[in-house]
Amino acid sequence: MADTSDLVLDVKNLKTVFFTNSGLFKAVDDVSFTVSRGETLAIVGESGCGKSVTALSLMRLVPDPPGRIVGGTVTLEDTDLLALSEAEMRKIRGDRISMIFQEPMTSLNPVMRIGDQIVEAVRLHRNLSSREAQNIAVEMLRLVRIPEPVRRAREYPHQLSGGMRQRAMIAMALACRPALLIADEPTTALDVTIQAQILALILDLQKELGTGLVLITHDLGVVAQTAQRVIVMYAGRKVEEASVEALFAAPKHPYTRGLMASIPAVPASGVAAPERLNEISGTVPSLVRLPKGCAFAPRCTLAIKRCEAEYPPLTDWGGGHLAACWRAAEVAEVA
Amino acid sequence: MTERLLEVTDLKKHYPVRAGVLRRQVGTVHSVDGVSFSLGAGETLGLVGESGCGKSTVARSVLRLIEPTSGQIRLDGEDITHLSKTALRRHRRSMQIVFQDPFASLNPRMIAGDIVGEPLAVHGLASGKALEARVAKLFEQVGLRPDQMRNFPHQFSGGQRQRICIARALALGPRLIVCDEPVSALDVSIQAQVINLLIDLQKQHGFSYLFIAHDLAVVAHISHRVAVMYLGRIVEIADKDELFRNPRHPYTQALLASVPIANPLAKKLAPLVDGDVPSPVNPPPGCAFHTRCRFAMERCRIERPVLMDAGDGHQVACLLNDGTGQSQ
Ligand SMILES: Nc1ncnc2c1ncn2[C@@H]1O[C@H](COP(=O)(O)OP(=O)(O)OP(=O)(O)O)[C@@H](O)[C@H]1O
Ligand code: SF4
Ligand SMILES: [Mg+2]
Repeated sequence: MADTSDLVLDVKNLKTVFFTNSGLFKAVDDVSFTVSRGETLAIVGESGCGKSVTALSLMRLVPDPPGRIVGGTVTLEDTDLLALSEAEMRKIRGDRISMIFQEPMTSLNPVMRIGDQIVEAVRLHRNLSSREAQNIAVEMLRLVRIPEPVRRAREYPHQLSGGMRQRAMIAMALACRPALLIADEPTTALDVTIQAQILALILDLQKELGTGLVLITHDLGVVAQTAQRVIVMYAGRKVEEASVEALFAAPKHPYTRGLMASIPAVPASGVAAPERLNEISGTVPSLVRLPKGCAFAPRCTLAIKRCEAEYPPLTDWGGGHLAACWRAAEVAEVA
Repeated sequence: MTERLLEVTDLKKHYPVRAGVLRRQVGTVHSVDGVSFSLGAGETLGLVGESGCGKSTVARSVLRLIEPTSGQIRLDGEDITHLSKTALRRHRRSMQIVFQDPFASLNPRMIAGDIVGEPLAVHGLASGKALEARVAKLFEQVGLRPDQMRNFPHQFSGGQRQRICIARALALGPRLIVCDEPVSALDVSIQAQVINLLIDLQKQHGFSYLFIAHDLAVVAHISHRVAVMYLGRIVEIADKDELFRNPRHPYTQALLASVPIANPLAKKLAPLVDGDVPSPVNPPPGCAFHTRCRFAMERCRIERPVLMDAGDGHQVACLLNDGTGQSQ
């Protein structure tokens, strides 16, 4: 465990709700976690479990209406982000906390040259001459390994390939050397060979700059290869948290366990692929009509009476390995 | 050797690229550029490759949903490449397709039972009570409840919608089902359900799959043989176990090395290729992979490698080591 003075981000009991036609629901329900300097925390879970809303909450970018952060604290270094005015938050966004998205065009301006966009982002936060900012822009493009950065800086986003655009977005996000970078499925839309390049790049830069990284993904392979710690979300809640080693060695939550068993793997040399994959039966519940007890109970093979009646508390099973399951102690033996 | 159900020979699909007011042709997209493979009865051939490599164009050409530029497609020994629409109808029943997006491929205004029963009705194979009974049976086969026949597509989850598509594909008792990224839009836990269903159905009915996906792990799981495509060409094709144990094409090796392994103790990501896939408009001469290949030689820039047997039916299109590729 990292020493607390090294904490970049400290999220406590975050709660974000949406008011929709079909009712009110908690997209993020009582979620806590921390990120240290230079650390990668992965958030993993299936579609709709609240990963992106968590990220948007940290950035204070939840669309309101229909969404609203209704509880908790988000402390970035020594600043309580949820207490800031929108104007104060705007100064911090892109400077001390940055975000990159699955689709680079959500943060790139299609009608502005790549270099100018970085210049603009830098000058918004730093008192620099246009010349100095331009040098930083080219330097950043070089850092993200875009070939011929001087020429590329003069190009428009559509002139770059998908992988190059993703690099340009990373360059922009890191230009002010933020303390925390949030990457929401940054490689999901990319081909696997490009994904490997981009992930390697993000990790290299993070090491070089000491940035804290929150990496959101649904791919357990990406988690295993990039993160030091993981949180697993299900239906808006954190159901498990552990170091990657501990999580993959012995998941404590039946959902995590099911997820790991259900992913097809590229067979290791000499190992035949199994006949059938393990499935998790059923589907993810609607957030508007969550079961009273454990949200995973309707799909869980270990569920007992108590699971349907009471939500299991997050419990530390040793060494910072947390799980919210009534039967976590038995999961390893039973399954 | 199993009986050959499908034989594709030197399939090409080129599109002209036009520009300017005169719409002059300025280039050619080589979407599929000389693809050959065969598929046995009851066999699954996985077709993998990155976006734009031509996988879906191969799929659609096989089904004659698009007209190939040249090449030959034989189904059960019969050349169907140039059959007229009416002559093709007879074969339509034996070839079906399941698409990636279960949302887009279902008519939102039709109830699920009608969607699944439509092919039977159109071909005049059943009507009334008999049709309803057949559809109910299809629902059960794909793990849906017959009482869900009255529901509309939006009342189903993504995984269930894909089951509806599969039921519809099964309706006419096909011998070949082309699956074009059938699980890519689904959540991980739901992917496994659909993959298992496809495997089970094949065991029961003995049909063949041409299974297209960009996810190597999914392909590794369901296929008997695997073909790897790059820029419109098959660069390697082999039995599944052989391909994953002993990939011989530098591109296949790079692809495999790029897949993040769900084990933190396993080797960290080591990209074996730099740069992007070149554009299929006027692709590189010689070996199309030479611009990114770690082993490229002078010859690779000029000579186009053809698929050659490197032993035991393991075919590779690479000039290294007398055309047998590179052992790892
Ligand atoms: N603007 C919005 N209005 C209403 N509901 C929303 C909005 N944004 C998100 N939600 C809902 O909040 C829940 C959590 O969504 P979120 O986008 O965080 O999921 P996710 O884990 O990022 O999923 P994915 O893997 O698909 O990206 C979902 O039920 C989603 O439908
Ligand atoms: S609390 Fe009960 S239902 Fe929930 S995951 Fe644990 S055993 Fe399963
Ligand atoms: Mg998301």
